[in-house]
Amino acid sequence: MAIQIRAHGSPQGGHGRILGRIARSPVTDIALRPDYLRVVTELQSVEDSLDGYAAVLFEGQSAEVANTPFIHNFGNLDFLKEGQVVAVEIGTGFIRVLYRPDSIHNALFATERCNSNCLMCSQPPKMRDDGDMAAELLRLIDLIPDSPEHLGISGGEPTLLKDGLLDVIKRLKDRLPTTAVTLLSNGRMYAYESFINRLSEIGHPNFLTSIPLYANNAADHDYVVQTKGAFDQTIQGLYNAARKGLAVELRVVLHKQTIPGLLDLTDFIYRNLPFVSNVALMGMENMGYVKKNWNLLWIDPADYADTLEAAVRQLHYRQINTSIYNLPFCVLPSSLWSFARQSISDFKNIYLSECAACSVKEHCSGLFQSSEKLHSRAIKAII
Amino acid sequence: MANTAFLPREHFLSPNTEYSLLPFRFDRRQNGDYLLVNEVGEFCILPPDVFQSLVEKALKPTDSAYTKLKAKHFLADSNSSALFDVLSSKYRTKKSFLEGFTKLHIFVLTLRCNQSCQYCQVTRQGEAANAYDMTADIVRKSVDMMLANPSPSVTMELQGGESLLNFDLVKEAILYAQNRNEAVGKRIEYVICTNLTLLEDEHLDFFREHNVQISTSLDGPEYIHDRNRPFNKGGSHAIVTRNIRRAQEALGNQAVSCLMTATKISLKYPREIVDEYLRLDLCSIFARDLNPYGYAIKTQSAIGYSTDEFVSFYKAFLGYIIEINRQDRTFPEAFASMVLRKILTPWPIGFVDLQSPSGAGLGVVVYNYDGDVYASDESRMLAEMGQHTFRLGNVLEDDFHEIFFGETMQMIASAACNEALPGCSDCAYQPYCGADPVRNFATQNDITGHRPTSSFCKKNKSMIQHVFETYLSADAELERILWAWVNREDVNRMRLPEPTWLSK
Repeated sequence: MAIQIRAHGSPQGGHGRILGRIARSPVTDIALRPDYLRVVTELQSVEDSLDGYAAVLFEGQSAEVANTPFIHNFGNLDFLKEGQVVAVEIGTGFIRVLYRPDSIHNALFATERCNSNCLMCSQPPKMRDDGDMAAELLRLIDLIPDSPEHLGISGGEPTLLKDGLLDVIKRLKDRLPTTAVTLLSNGRMYAYESFINRLSEIGHPNFLTSIPLYANNAADHDYVVQTKGAFDQTIQGLYNAARKGLAVELRVVLHKQTIPGLLDLTDFIYRNLPFVSNVALMGMENMGYVKKNWNLLWIDPADYADTLEAAVRQLHYRQINTSIYNLPFCVLPSSLWSFARQSISDFKNIYLSECAACSVKEHCSGLFQSSEKLHSRAIKAII
Repeated sequence: MANTAFLPREHFLSPNTEYSLLPFRFDRRQNGDYLLVNEVGEFCILPPDVFQSLVEKALKPTDSAYTKLKAKHFLADSNSSALFDVLSSKYRTKKSFLEGFTKLHIFVLTLRCNQSCQYCQVTRQGEAANAYDMTADIVRKSVDMMLANPSPSVTMELQGGESLLNFDLVKEAILYAQNRNEAVGKRIEYVICTNLTLLEDEHLDFFREHNVQISTSLDGPEYIHDRNRPFNKGGSHAIVTRNIRRAQEALGNQAVSCLMTATKISLKYPREIVDEYLRLDLCSIFARDLNPYGYAIKTQSAIGYSTDEFVSFYKAFLGYIIEINRQDRTFPEAFASMVLRKILTPWPIGFVDLQSPSGAGLGVVVYNYDGDVYASDESRMLAEMGQHTFRLGNVLEDDFHEIFFGETMQMIASAACNEALPGCSDCAYQPYCGADPVRNFATQNDITGHRPTSSFCKKNKSMIQHVFETYLSADAELERILWAWVNREDVNRMRLPEPTWLSK
């Protein structure tokens, strides 16, 4: 089952958005309490004062209004664990887990804006004001208890935060220096030398930019991302990154518009971008625009397995690290299993009922929650 | 709100239909298709009608060939700005063997030799002719010259004559280089060229201690080797193969490599020669044809052959080696491996015979026993035949600048780029081939050379074409094998791997 990361309680006045660490038991040092969200299951059993916390989250119902922001009527809040960092909308009562110490899929969400508009975007961009996002991410980074192994930065297009994003990366380097950081970006901002110069000056020791490339030519790539000039900017950006010694990974989402040119693309990557540290070939998430553009995009992975195998073989012979994301073993030829990764973020990762009998399930990517109904005809248990 | 008014692909095509051709060369294949190759070695195969459309500028942006040709830098349109930067980076990468300047430094420690090979290129002297040994002073001055070179890594190759006739000199050269390099900090690879007839444990101990690799000669089984390389009125095969084993045991199989020189008799035995290499667990094989230098010229009628004969030998030889690799035994053929690396990868190779600008002086330099410096081993051989055309200077008299940037070097450089040589400049295989002004001079009395009558051209073109066609017509298994050669990798390890959890 997918993991719960959201809940909704009843607000009791106030407004604004605050971040805090989850505390399931009293924080004795009152001075530290502004960093914490106190979770309360039964009000009667609380003996200490609830003063000083960033907010108090209560499972049950209560008419009490304290000095502390107080949200009640959540029902079960067992999914909130010590060490998690959670955002609370004081005015509406919505809460969302932003960071889970036990997950390898944590990402800093930078903005909903994007300068591309990809046909298959799973999270369509919104022109929402992101003026205070950098400040919130800096706060989030400060609240993360210990350096995790890995953190992503995603969006939208995170580089649209410009200086704000650079501040975030600098804070990551200073506060969580052992954490590997992956920035998901279309790389177009990297075409600007001033930006790439400042990014490389930060000197983050373990920083990877993951950049999508959909074709070996401008027309096809620009069509997929629905932006004229994007291909040239991304190529220029990739070269600028390489020149600065910044590691880049390429990502290719596989669908009806990218499969026909896939082998030309992998050849292009080798001849022109051999410095990339990895090429990720990715199954599509049936979210956002995908539903709207279904006929334009959908091709059963079982129908492109041969092309995918040829592409992986081509990259393997050319000694380019290659990964397959989001595609379960049963839709892949077994020759490609070693390239398949368990890439789907745990909170939206599912297995189907037929998966119960599968002998390789524990190594399999499973499916996106959004593929529960619409998925390959080849899904079956491997016995 | 999100913008869901998606635009069709046509909207993103180049605004106008005009394009220009970027520099490329072409050849017609046997089946009538055209092979196009550009400056950075990318290739494309087009049927005749598409090729015709391309050059008449009648291709449309909607044609699939248009997209492919643009991505591979055969044509450019108004929407190509980023790709020009890419092309220039690729060109720099392909020519990056020039970075750091001369990398291969050959030291002719002595002209003395204990063998009397039929094809000797060296103008050997008798074993006792001490006048033909390098003096310690010249050894040191030559090493200093090598270390004055800007390249951060160099190969120091000690040869002869027979280098082990004067082991003290071998030690002197290597120890002096190591000592002086402590302040310089280059990466130095040491190679000794020896016929292995005089190998002693003391030598092996020294080679092991100082990481010296051995390059020797093995022409095949006894009945070929002993005919080519006589020794003490008898043969040298038995002692050489025994010492190859000893050296492998002492230094590891990778540290011992052999050169095979083909004479007339060799051409009859491609399989037997390969089998002999396999029997001795040698790691790869390179077939050298006879050079037009030294004793080889005098013996041409007895041991020589035509270029066509050598090329057909090479085809049989390569074919058999491929059969061996199909049986899961990794055994690359060196010429094909290097040519494929040029054809299939964005990287350069370090093989001085197939470079433009040519290897002579720019990639390789030879310090002769008497202190004279030559642009290549072939230049030195010419000098032994009385032609001092390619003598760059002398380590006792001239400084680094005079040697490497003097008139002789300028003269060589003027004919060193096959991009600009008549007959090469419009050859489809130019980026995969090289320039050899020294050989042009030796065989045609002119550093520019005349391609229609050049055996160098005929041989390389035929062999490159054959390797190319071998790749283009390869089945899945052969494709894997050839990529293993390109990557210097085990043929079995090029298979798609099994997941680690499955093999447990």
